[in-house]
Amino acid sequence: MNIAIQKATPNSELLHPGHVACPGCGAAIAMKFALKAVGEKTAVVIPACCWGVIAGPYPQTALKVPILQTAFATAGAAASGLRAAMDMNGDTESIVMAWAGDGGTFDIGLQSLSGAVERNEDIIYVCYDNEAYMNTGVQRSSSTPYGTRTTTTPGHAWKKSRKKNIMEIMAAHRIPYAASASIAFPEDMMQKFSRAGRLKGGSRFLHVFATCPTGWGIPSELSVKIARMAVQCNMFPLYEIENGMTYTLNYQGNAHVEDYIKTQGRFRHLSKADIAEIQKMVDEDWELLMRKM
Amino acid sequence: MKRIIEGSHAVSEAVRLGRVQVVSAYPITPQTHIVEAISEDCAHGSLDARFICVESEHSAMAAVIGASSGGVRAFTATSGQGLAYMHELLHWASAARLPIVMAEVNRALAPGWNIWADQTDSLSQRDTGWIQLYCEDGQEVLDTTLQAFRLAEAINLPVMVILDAFFLSHTLEPVDVPDQDSVDRFLPPPTPRIKLDTANPYALGQMVAPAAYMEMRRDIQKAMEAVPGRFMAVEDVYESEFGRRYGMTEAVACEDADIIFVVSGTVSGTCRQVIDELRSGGEKAGMLKIKMFRPFPVDDVRRILGRAGKAAVVDRNFSFGMGGIFAQEVKAALCNEKKHPSVFGYIAGLGGRDVTPDTLQEIYQATRLSDHPERESVWMGLNQTMMRDS
Repeated sequence: MNIAIQKATPNSELLHPGHVACPGCGAAIAMKFALKAVGEKTAVVIPACCWGVIAGPYPQTALKVPILQTAFATAGAAASGLRAAMDMNGDTESIVMAWAGDGGTFDIGLQSLSGAVERNEDIIYVCYDNEAYMNTGVQRSSSTPYGTRTTTTPGHAWKKSRKKNIMEIMAAHRIPYAASASIAFPEDMMQKFSRAGRLKGGSRFLHVFATCPTGWGIPSELSVKIARMAVQCNMFPLYEIENGMTYTLNYQGNAHVEDYIKTQGRFRHLSKADIAEIQKMVDEDWELLMRKM
Repeated sequence: MKRIIEGSHAVSEAVRLGRVQVVSAYPITPQTHIVEAISEDCAHGSLDARFICVESEHSAMAAVIGASSGGVRAFTATSGQGLAYMHELLHWASAARLPIVMAEVNRALAPGWNIWADQTDSLSQRDTGWIQLYCEDGQEVLDTTLQAFRLAEAINLPVMVILDAFFLSHTLEPVDVPDQDSVDRFLPPPTPRIKLDTANPYALGQMVAPAAYMEMRRDIQKAMEAVPGRFMAVEDVYESEFGRRYGMTEAVACEDADIIFVVSGTVSGTCRQVIDELRSGGEKAGMLKIKMFRPFPVDDVRRILGRAGKAAVVDRNFSFGMGGIFAQEVKAALCNEKKHPSVFGYIAGLGGRDVTPDTLQEIYQATRLSDHPERESVWMGLNQTMMRDS
């Protein structure tokens, strides 16, 4: 960690050692930095996802902030209810932060999330995105990128449809703030969490790229490096959207997607032509994004 | 003060007087008049509550679970399909030990679409760990809803207050609506045992290994076993403040009865009239109204029915492959008793069909003339021209 990041990083650790994440888990890294940025006056709402396990088995908890675990499809609604209760109890200061995986956000929880942000609930909704159902054994989600092998897109049936664009769905709701972030850019990520924390009063959405060594077939010690490569090749651009209108780009990559794809077991089967197809998709998506900047 | 209001507004008035703090709901006929009235109360400030207009019943229950976890008095209302859609979260609410109150307007399940009265929706939630209270008229709806908050908060279990679609939800009746001061005495602000608070962090709903899960479920059962005592205590206080009580069950003319009707919901009101008619004709007929379905009032059922020769259970609900659900519960309560009545099961009034005094008279005569109950439930008033027997 460089000196600038050390200065920006509060010393408080709200994620304790003893959590049960896999080695190199991007979702654990994401929580560590998120809580450093938003602070201890935060209640975390966790639907079914890896973090439902990572938080620790009863009667233990790995977080030094309140946790409300809730059913898979309900992060947006349960967070709305908790927010309402805190407000009615006179605690308008504490932050309610829903913390869901890509399955709980892109798929089963999308309706509840859409409802919550359409009401512009005063919550931060975080999707830590590891691009498949990892907790249940690596099944595809609608966040799984084109070309990926998962246990439900095996062999030649690797995923032939694109990753859903959740940021655009949030932008379409015209929420005050939406940002993408990566565990490989902790300074940028923490700034975004801090900003989300300060923007109290409406819905804030953070889409955090979180590698999964177990599910992606990567060495755990390369978790952060590979997350960085995703940004560097523009597979996962870092940007912010205010009110669904104003886009700000935080990083411009120029690497080839092949460099990123070659590092991972989940893409091992792809041919040169397949990778070229993915490069084309990434270029298209990038061009579309640049038109909005 | 006596007012002429519909059953739906008996609910909403209790919610207003009960100073509920968070309401979340999704509209479904015939529940809509409840949530519309609460919305008006929130909008006009006669209720200081947050109303979360969610995008589904699943989210409505999730939102009140979130609110109740934050330590406030929380309420929702639904019906039929909506209740079925909530099912997963019903288990969640009770296992999380949250004192949520829900009004449930009994509505038939589709297909075909049918918005009318039928108890199969709420009875399908039998095993979710909710206390279930079935109401007969508007006054009972208002009183039961107020009692439900106190009961739920005393025992940390959720309570479902159940009323029949249209026959009760949309029927205008004189209801004594109590004043705010008396309700405040009966129902002070909640002192929650569960209250997520960033000043005092703890985790709710963490993963539980086999080594602890069974004990947690046993704890819920222990709480259920304590419900009858708690309910009677709540009724004691309620009666001293408002002069009314209902009991978990009500026995009408059962002391010397040969045949006892077992009924619930609005059919109870019809049955009272039929009992009077039968008694005037010299028949020894009685009626057991079951208000509390969960926990099932086993002791009451054994005591009250034990003296009779026959019990005629009227079910406005059905469990395919077995029969009427109240009848099953009554049989289960009685089967280990040395002496108990023969239990006759009748299906009547599904999908909003009227259960008239004549229907109950027919049931009485059929029971009187049979030596043994049929193995299957007897379906009353079937329209032969609409039947397609396979």
